[in-house]
Amino acid sequence: MMCTTCGCGGGEVKIEGHDHHGHPHDHHEDNGQHRHGDEFQPAHVHAPGMDGRRMVRIEQDILAKNQRHADTNRRYLAERGVFALNLVSSPGSGKTTLLVRTVEALQHRLPVAVIEGDQQTGRDAERIRATGVTALQINTGKGCHLDAHMVGHALEQLQPVADGVLFIENVGNLVCPAAFDLGEAHKVVVLSVTEGEDKPLKYPDMFHAADLMLLNKVDLLPYLEFDVDACIDYARRINPKLAVLQVSATRGDGMAAWLEWIEGGAEQARNARKRALRERKTALEQELAALQSRLGEAH
Amino acid sequence: MHEMALCEGVLQALEEQAEIQHFARVHAVWLEIGALASVEPEALRFNFDVVTQGTLAEGSRLEIVTVPAQAWCLPCGGKVSIRQYFDACPQCGSHQLQVIEGEELRIQQLEVE
Repeated sequence: MMCTTCGCGGGEVKIEGHDHHGHPHDHHEDNGQHRHGDEFQPAHVHAPGMDGRRMVRIEQDILAKNQRHADTNRRYLAERGVFALNLVSSPGSGKTTLLVRTVEALQHRLPVAVIEGDQQTGRDAERIRATGVTALQINTGKGCHLDAHMVGHALEQLQPVADGVLFIENVGNLVCPAAFDLGEAHKVVVLSVTEGEDKPLKYPDMFHAADLMLLNKVDLLPYLEFDVDACIDYARRINPKLAVLQVSATRGDGMAAWLEWIEGGAEQARNARKRALRERKTALEQELAALQSRLGEAH
Repeated sequence: MHEMALCEGVLQALEEQAEIQHFARVHAVWLEIGALASVEPEALRFNFDVVTQGTLAEGSRLEIVTVPAQAWCLPCGGKVSIRQYFDACPQCGSHQLQVIEGEELRIQQLEVE
């Protein structure tokens, strides 16, 4: 079925409760046109030059389209004062358990919503919904990452409550999600101590893209040879500004600091929304005053 | 990583440009790929051939221009060359580096008809 918003169809991306399929499709937001790749018709062909070939400079980012969707998502979230976090990690880092414990603790303080990304199954969204928090599952099919277009559709459907927090749990993959901006405020990388302290060096992109690293499963440290200081040092070689919190989702270590970090971000998003509203009110009042004075002159 | 998604992005850009700049065939595509962009040229070529089958760019030549990575070293106050994100400044050994070049994923130019 065709998507009612942008008409995209085909492919195997599935967003729960929404008969939407992602790729392949093209959107042409910039020129207001909409057509699909398979409808391409060579038209208006000019053939200058010897053999009709010519060079065309375009200087365009390959991910420009994802960026446009991400910018739209970011604007949507900012207008509602929603603080959005993109959680990224390898499979098995304990991301979903961490998220379940996080939303359990937060849901009585703030509106919370979750977008779950996995290649297959709705199991993670079900785990989140069992806590009473709204969650929507995106299945990427063969896709190795969420992109901003999928998240845009999920936002339309999820309608996250204003002044709340949105968690986007990305597909378990420490590589590809690094390159795709979803419109989030921060990427948060979850690394568990069962994975080896040199992972930041082996998969540097994600640690470079993230603003916060959660070192999870620290309750297991007594049973492992994991050098916490070395791990943090490796991560900060890649990203000197990376904030780090040590947590155990199951035992509760560090959870208070993590919740405080989230609430701080949510407060900033809330304040920014109010500030934007006040600025808009002032601008409208000035415009109104100008119009009224013009109306006065006309009489 | 995600070379397939990147190739789909390139193809979409080609189809958009075909309408704007009025061409029907693409014979060659020049991509600027930063050394830190985590793109495997071989995987990119393979996926490009697959993705462009049956399109205006079928059989086109893919030219990959690698952009070396450069960073601004805060302690030195100057530009230095790096090879990975975790490299230290070759002059002072600091990791306080701000990457300024080498993350590009850009379509530079096309040969079209």
